[in-house]
Amino acid sequence: MGNENEKLFYQDLLDTCLKVGELMIEGGSEMYRVEDTMIRIAKSAGETDPRVFIVPTGIFMSLDRGNYCQTIQIHERNINLELVDRINSLSRSFANQELTLKQVRQEVNKIAQGGYPTFPLWLQVLSAAIASATLMVMFMDNYDWIDFPAAAVVGALGFISFYYFKHYTKIKFLSELVAAIVMTAVAVGLVHIFPQMIIDKILTGAIMPLVPGLALTNALRDLFKGDLLSGMVKICEAGITAFALGGGVGIVLKFLGA
Amino acid sequence: MPFWLEIVINIIFAYLTSLGFAIINNVPRRVLNLAGISGIICWLIYWLAMQANMGRLLANLFGSFAVGILGIIFARKKKCPATVFYIPAIVSLVPGVPAYQAVRELTAGNLNCASDAILRVIIVTGAIALGMLLSNMCVEIFFRIKKIYK
Repeated sequence: MGNENEKLFYQDLLDTCLKVGELMIEGGSEMYRVEDTMIRIAKSAGETDPRVFIVPTGIFMSLDRGNYCQTIQIHERNINLELVDRINSLSRSFANQELTLKQVRQEVNKIAQGGYPTFPLWLQVLSAAIASATLMVMFMDNYDWIDFPAAAVVGALGFISFYYFKHYTKIKFLSELVAAIVMTAVAVGLVHIFPQMIIDKILTGAIMPLVPGLALTNALRDLFKGDLLSGMVKICEAGITAFALGGGVGIVLKFLGA
Repeated sequence: MPFWLEIVINIIFAYLTSLGFAIINNVPRRVLNLAGISGIICWLIYWLAMQANMGRLLANLFGSFAVGILGIIFARKKKCPATVFYIPAIVSLVPGVPAYQAVRELTAGNLNCASDAILRVIIVTGAIALGMLLSNMCVEIFFRIKKIYK
């Protein structure tokens, strides 16, 4: 019977670790932190030599006892920092032995089913609008206030269309393309109504909430840290996102001839 | 526009930008304000360096260096991963303008201008990543020295 219990324990531990890793990658954590967290959990559960291999599309993990090697695949990668913070504090309190493995497992499952706070949609749209408008002014050194509201409106509309179209398609790049098309069309319309606005400035600000600059920076940081495979995969993802956004802008500008 | 007013505008806007991106990326509520503050400091260093004609590369490097150090300090204070502070703060350094220009020139068919802009994107991102790595290294060395002299 002891053997059976051990098997169950290893299975539980592997499941918990893999789920933790999956959630952290989905939340946009760095690769070395995911690896650290998984190994920390396994070591606090009594394993001496856990082995983990992580790429942004999947995780392999095996323990030194128990003859198990398991894998989990990861389909979507966003930036969701609340998730990373939750998992991090969970693993910390497990390492300090404030929680048992069973409790950690329950908490992780609760988080995986959406048991963490998010901001309401209207607040996200509002902050996308504010960020687009302020970034436009900060990037352009000459403080023009004519394009300020336009950038806010276009940025908010782009964010909304990205948010809603994401549910209709499984291809993330397609929703970015649609968002870029919507933004450029609205910007062209605004410039048509108010001729003193400049379309380049509006779009520069409005496109910022979707631009993969952060993904690119994270990818380079992974590369420099030595996670070569993850870095290349992330650079590839950021490049495709950039082309989707640019393609959307380019198509509309070509057709409407602004 | 007087210089002090420019600084005030830059501070307010940098705070709002970082706060906005923090909300979009679902930063934990207890650190929202600190994320905004690290955004202010990052952008002010970048902006002052640009005003002092230090060039794009150095300005970005200094900005992201400051973000790296601040992120680690705040992370120790609030007990959460440092990425939580990096992502909202670094957003104002990210090369959005050259990226947009590159795409615009590509669609217009000016390949020379486009490749210029793409190179600028690569250099700026490299500078940002390098600055953060340098800050991590400095903090590690600092703690090692502190351990030795304890």
